[in-house]
Amino acid sequence: MSNKNLVFFTPKNSFGNGVILIDAGISAGFPSPADDFKETRISLDDELITNKDATFFAKVSGQSMIGAGLDDNDLLVIDRSIEPGNNKIAVCFLDGEFTVKRLRVEGTDVWLQPENPAYPVIKITEDNDFVIWGIVTSVIKKV
Amino acid sequence: MFALVDCNNFYASCERVFNPKLEGKPVAILSNNDGCVISMSDEAKKLQLPFGAPIFKWEQFCKKNNITVLSSNYPLYGDMSARVMNILEDFSPETEVYSIDESFLKLEGFENYNLTEYAAKMRSRVLKWTGIPTCVGVASTKALCKVANKIARSNLKQSKGICIIDSEENRVKALKWTKIGNVWGIGSRLKIRLQDKGCITAWDFTQLPSDWVLKNFSIVEWRLQKDLQGISKIPLDGVSSKKMISTTRSFEYTHTDIENIKERISTFATKCAEKLRYQKSSCHMLIVQLSSNRFEKNSQYHRKSKTVLFSHPTDSTLVISNAAIEAVKTIFKNGVKYKKAGVIVSGLVPNDNFQLNLFSNENPKHKPLMASIDSLNKKFKSNKIKLGNQDLKRTWKMRQERLSAKFTTNIKEIITIK
Repeated sequence: MSNKNLVFFTPKNSFGNGVILIDAGISAGFPSPADDFKETRISLDDELITNKDATFFAKVSGQSMIGAGLDDNDLLVIDRSIEPGNNKIAVCFLDGEFTVKRLRVEGTDVWLQPENPAYPVIKITEDNDFVIWGIVTSVIKKV
Repeated sequence: MFALVDCNNFYASCERVFNPKLEGKPVAILSNNDGCVISMSDEAKKLQLPFGAPIFKWEQFCKKNNITVLSSNYPLYGDMSARVMNILEDFSPETEVYSIDESFLKLEGFENYNLTEYAAKMRSRVLKWTGIPTCVGVASTKALCKVANKIARSNLKQSKGICIIDSEENRVKALKWTKIGNVWGIGSRLKIRLQDKGCITAWDFTQLPSDWVLKNFSIVEWRLQKDLQGISKIPLDGVSSKKMISTTRSFEYTHTDIENIKERISTFATKCAEKLRYQKSSCHMLIVQLSSNRFEKNSQYHRKSKTVLFSHPTDSTLVISNAAIEAVKTIFKNGVKYKKAGVIVSGLVPNDNFQLNLFSNENPKHKPLMASIDSLNKKFKSNKIKLGNQDLKRTWKMRQERLSAKFTTNIKEIITIK
């Protein structure tokens, strides 16, 4: 019995169902001509998550970031391992509430800038209870 | 060298990640069924809320002191634990997940590393990526790591969460600081025996003649003593499967009806069989336990267990559940108000490596059947396929009146951000 029809697969390190397993095995019939061109399906996990241990999801509530494409009920992909910096969209914990805003950093000054003219820019002062919880890397929306 | 990374007040810390309002405030987490306090924040410890405090007795105390009391949220803790352990795996080629909130790392070949810096890197990465604070103890043996970790934890401000025992002088100092009862693996009974021998600290224990320890205690204590002396005798227990699997629950109400108990036991047995198949093991032995309420003053405490041996190792729900129900029939006593029941499977062997029996073997039809049940139940994310002797209509629920959301494992329960 020849071995040449035995195909080994490398398992994908993901909970997704992304792998097509075309297992022609060692059957006697004509092997599938597609076997040699087998690829894994596109996985959104792989596309949207670079660091799965540091990635969390959250839901947007409200209109304050519509200018950045963050609408009510959108799903946010948040990566805690990314360093915060100017212009990044961050999930912050500010005075007892989670909020998502664009970070403006100048020297030691930090502002939270909404992307909706109806909302005010917030300057972070020493009196605020403020933590940057994570950085938004993607927005997933249903259309 | 080894490192032990231990998460600080793990359950309370998990809750704080998704509810940062609780930062700096006293938090207490209850056991299954909201029974008693099993984890708390440092602030709650300072208020002297005791571990194991039954909440019905301490409710007023918690209210008065503004302690946030929460039901345990195991889906959340399990996921956060997996994240922490995964991150730690990047720091060493060999790790041992010791419990839900602690992991040993082997640091062999790290001699040229600055271990204090390396430990600090572990802490800061775990904290940044997951929000969970940890302490790191580094030493030449696992038992000394435990000691080091305790020292780091006991004075966070000064230690910055890190303690390294890297010299003889440090080792002696650390052992003299450690009370014998706080040594890893020294239980309350052993503690009393050792105290009678004049052992007050871990250091005293290391000074006992090792022959005497071996003769009067066991190989376990002998290994522990060597480990504390800096001679590594407790190896890293790599990807070990569990040696025992159990599913034990307290009931919300007491039960006196054997049918109810049989249903519960069948469900617990099913759970155990699932866990067995998940880790690709089979069991030789089954233990069923029933007990009444220990704290009930008006009736006698009743506790009974029954062990069943299988003629061949099994991971079949059908076999395990049937055996468990037979066991219930033999130990059930009329008139007893049962409060707690459990199923334990033991004598585990890996499925790919067990002794076949000449005369009896698992029914070959069970394997594909179990695989189908597992995949269906996984697909529907609940136990849609049950045995006939499990309750199909009524859903038994744990009492979880103060449960936080499954922030990381259920898309409907993720945090909302304004």
